Amino acid sequence: MPSLPDMTTPQVAELARHQAEAHPAHPTVPQPDEGQEAFFETLLRIGDSALVLGHRVSEWCGHSPALEEDIALANVALDLIGQTQLWLGLAGEVEGQGRSADDLAYLRDAWDFRNLLICERPNGDFGHTLMRQFLFDAWHHELLKGLAASSDPRVAEIAAKAGKEVAYHLERSSDLVVRLGDGTEESHRRMQQALDALWPYAGEMFLGDDKDAQMAARGIAPDPASLRAGWDATLRHVLGEATLQIPASDFAHKGGKQGIHTEHLGYILAEMQFLQRAYPGASW
Amino acid sequence: MAAATHPSVEQVWGWLSEVPDPEIPVISLTDLGIIRGVEWQGDTLVVRVTPTYSGCPATSIINLDIETALRSHGIDKLRLERQLTPPWTTDWITQAGREKLRAYGIAPPIDGTAADGVLAGRIARMSGANLTIACPRCGSTNTEKISQFGSTPCKANYRCKDCLEPFDYFKCL
Repeated sequence: MPSLPDMTTPQVAELARHQAEAHPAHPTVPQPDEGQEAFFETLLRIGDSALVLGHRVSEWCGHSPALEEDIALANVALDLIGQTQLWLGLAGEVEGQGRSADDLAYLRDAWDFRNLLICERPNGDFGHTLMRQFLFDAWHHELLKGLAASSDPRVAEIAAKAGKEVAYHLERSSDLVVRLGDGTEESHRRMQQALDALWPYAGEMFLGDDKDAQMAARGIAPDPASLRAGWDATLRHVLGEATLQIPASDFAHKGGKQGIHTEHLGYILAEMQFLQRAYPGASW
Repeated sequence: MAAATHPSVEQVWGWLSEVPDPEIPVISLTDLGIIRGVEWQGDTLVVRVTPTYSGCPATSIINLDIETALRSHGIDKLRLERQLTPPWTTDWITQAGREKLRAYGIAPPIDGTAADGVLAGRIARMSGANLTIACPRCGSTNTEKISQFGSTPCKANYRCKDCLEPFDYFKCL
């Protein structure tokens, strides 16, 4: 990847590969460094998921049902954005093209984002937001535990730091899922509805591809499928206490990790990136 | 500045112990335990700082305050480095810092109660009792958690059921 001249052109790696196939002897065609590319992509997947969910959750600021919840949601969002700075900062370092965390966050378009689709789901009602948070936190917690044992010390130290924050995110979202699920008839109905609606977006968290396989083989990141058992155990425990029914279907929407997104991501980016797009380099 | 005339590292630690935390100004940066190292590299002073929470908005203010304080003591070649390992926890807050927090009306963190990923026990506890946090005003342990987040990300919101005062608890990380 560091040998590519222009990373902001979409699918430049793909173009380079096609050109290389068509003209195998051509000396000027850049060859992406496969190992670094997979590492860079993996960091984008982690960082973009934190960024997009962080932005989504921040949309609640000033709109929550209670002041305490407003502050709590804003703080969870803040943690996620802080973690994003660390992950995307490292991604820029690994890429070696001089891009900062801000460049990656504000100057890429939707097809360059690698977040899980569940992170870009609209907020829905408060219960829906919390159910999404719970499903994500339970996975995020397992992921960071795995990353804390990474063979790359930079990954391990960010994961150790972020893991402490995500432990209380999970504690909070579990607590509220139990209280609302095992609450009134109305809150129970809404939480079950949220779980049913979000369930098809949970499976993507555990689907691996060749990049994940490379990372697992190098000991940099855990195999996504290996995170399932811990996640399942947390869900059984919390959703059981919440008197909610885990859906039986294992259908999973996928594509976010490869840059194929739902229509929602473009709207998020339009809001998030407006300032940097309209006034390049603006700062305060 | 020639090497022989450098202020000593101990002197620099002393200056840093006078820089207040921007969000909880009763405690200093050294009370908070976020200064991880001070050393001279040639004629440049290197100060290593660890963030409390990764998204803490005070981080850049803290860096600015350190720079301002050290420059006011005549240090002109200065570099601040971020150090993530070992990650900051509330256990890094000094004993003196804890007393200052309590006197200020913030219940200091209780060691060993941080969310550490041992979730089963915590979840089991969750539906029932809260952790017992003593009211920093009247000392009563008859308190309840209102919200996991208070006026800053590092604090939770509690209420004393005896003196009826709401208070912040510096929650464990």
